[in-house]
Amino acid sequence: MSFAEKCVAAAYLIVFVVVLGYVLIIATKLQRLEREVAELTELARVRGAKEPERKAVAVG
Amino acid sequence: MRVRLPLPALAVVALGLMAAAIALIAYVAPEDANQGLSQKIFYFHVPIALTAYVMFIWGAWNALLHLWRREPGADLESYVAIHLGVIFGVLTLVTGSIWAKASWGVWWAWSSNQLVLFLVLFLFYSAYFMLRFSIDPGPQRENASAVYALFGVALIPVSFMAIRLANDFIHPTVFTSQGPQMSGLMFLAFCVSWAAMLALAACLYHVELAGKRLDARLRELRELLA
Repeated sequence: MSFAEKCVAAAYLIVFVVVLGYVLIIATKLQRLEREVAELTELARVRGAKEPERKAVAVG
Repeated sequence: MRVRLPLPALAVVALGLMAAAIALIAYVAPEDANQGLSQKIFYFHVPIALTAYVMFIWGAWNALLHLWRREPGADLESYVAIHLGVIFGVLTLVTGSIWAKASWGVWWAWSSNQLVLFLVLFLFYSAYFMLRFSIDPGPQRENASAVYALFGVALIPVSFMAIRLANDFIHPTVFTSQGPQMSGLMFLAFCVSWAAMLALAACLYHVELAGKRLDARLRELRELLA
């Protein structure tokens, strides 16, 4: 492999590695958001269970 | 009203264009008579640099919308555009450096105005994050960031025109007033490559923006439930 070939391969490879790194960071963030949604859903469920049941009343 | 391509469709377009660009660069575009194979870096290096400029301009436009019309979400859009502009800026510097080593025998040439001005632009926008995260979230942070983003956009024409205004003999000038100085097939490969980079940038922009919006809404929900 000549020096020019190595340079071209390195330049293109770096672009793909950076894009892949970016996708990995976004995927990690997505996992964190998924965990947070699960936590909030659990919190809302506990709140719902604690709240006393409301009586149905006739309106009008 | 903005018409937006759905994100999966945009991703498919970006992927298709990227595959087409690589095929054109590898099999269709002829080898340069002077530089040989190393000139193939041009098809990624220049579109990446132009995409970085586009992202900085888009960031400045959103900053203007934030200051002028107080458009909700414009600050976040400006931030994400500048973030991506800096990422593309890093790629421009790295691919340019590799090309310089292959063509000129050096990784960097301080005597080239084009290189130095792009570095100045890149450092300017890198400092944007230092400013933004040194201020607490709120209108003050949004306004200061918007003003800074608007100042930076003035550097773009300087960086772009530097090579034409100063007699830069090191960095090649491909686009002159007589049109692109390359063959038709080379120009086609360049155009497809630039379209691919723009589609990729648009795709990453919308993914990051969706993530940031989701994050903000979850924070709001957490505060409401606390």
